[in-house]
Amino acid sequence: MASDTSRLRFTVQGSVLVVEFADRDVLDEAAIRQINSELIRQIEAAKTSNVLICFNGVEHLSSAALGTLITVNSLVKKRGGQLRLSNIKSTILEVFRITKLDRLFQISDSADQALAAFPKG
Amino acid sequence: MSSSKTGSDTGSMTVSASADELESLQASVAAALVKHEFGEHALFAIRLAIEEAVMNAIRHGNLSDPSKTVEARWMVSADSAAFHIIDQGEGFDPGAVPDPTLDENLEIPSGRGLMLIRAYMSEVRHHGSGNHLEMIFRREAAA
Repeated sequence: MASDTSRLRFTVQGSVLVVEFADRDVLDEAAIRQINSELIRQIEAAKTSNVLICFNGVEHLSSAALGTLITVNSLVKKRGGQLRLSNIKSTILEVFRITKLDRLFQISDSADQALAAFPKG
Repeated sequence: MSSSKTGSDTGSMTVSASADELESLQASVAAALVKHEFGEHALFAIRLAIEEAVMNAIRHGNLSDPSKTVEARWMVSADSAAFHIIDQGEGFDPGAVPDPTLDENLEIPSGRGLMLIRAYMSEVRHHGSGNHLEMIFRREAAA
């Protein structure tokens, strides 16, 4: 699906590609498809293999979005990097706990904590 | 949407694969929930369950056929909110859906919708061949 509007913001902090969401809700299937392809494109083009996805401002998340995170986790691991998640609202954190995906993902309270936990160098 | 003498609000909507229609359904349900003073956690839970139920109905029920639709009906009262999500597919066996929380399934990107519905709703029933999902959120069960 083509769209002129990016649903994500990307910055590089040290050796980490930092991703933030532009939308409050990450529910809609078409939007998630767009997020999925944007994420994969940026990660494959990035000079670094470490990725932080910051959920600041995100209020809702569907299982389709969880699927995208799992795909991204596999891609990042394949590239020899780490994926970390941060700033997840307590209601959304509950979704990770119910699905037991809190065991798969490394989740930090804040972006600073997550950035500090990436391997140095 | 209509209100009854018993104080419940009922409504129905037909949804195709359009995100705007699903958003319109979510807005109508949210308005009924707010009217009956459901809290923030209930609104979150019900929004997620409707999203998952309708997306499952479109994708797995109607096999994303744009000529097929999903019927959504709801009844919201002071102590519960009940929903029926009916697709035009051939149904499925809910018992055959693999447990996505098992270690061997944890990295599979799909298959968590029904689990989230069961986790957030107080009662979940499948009718007919499996193409009719009934889900009820009871207020006393809310965390």
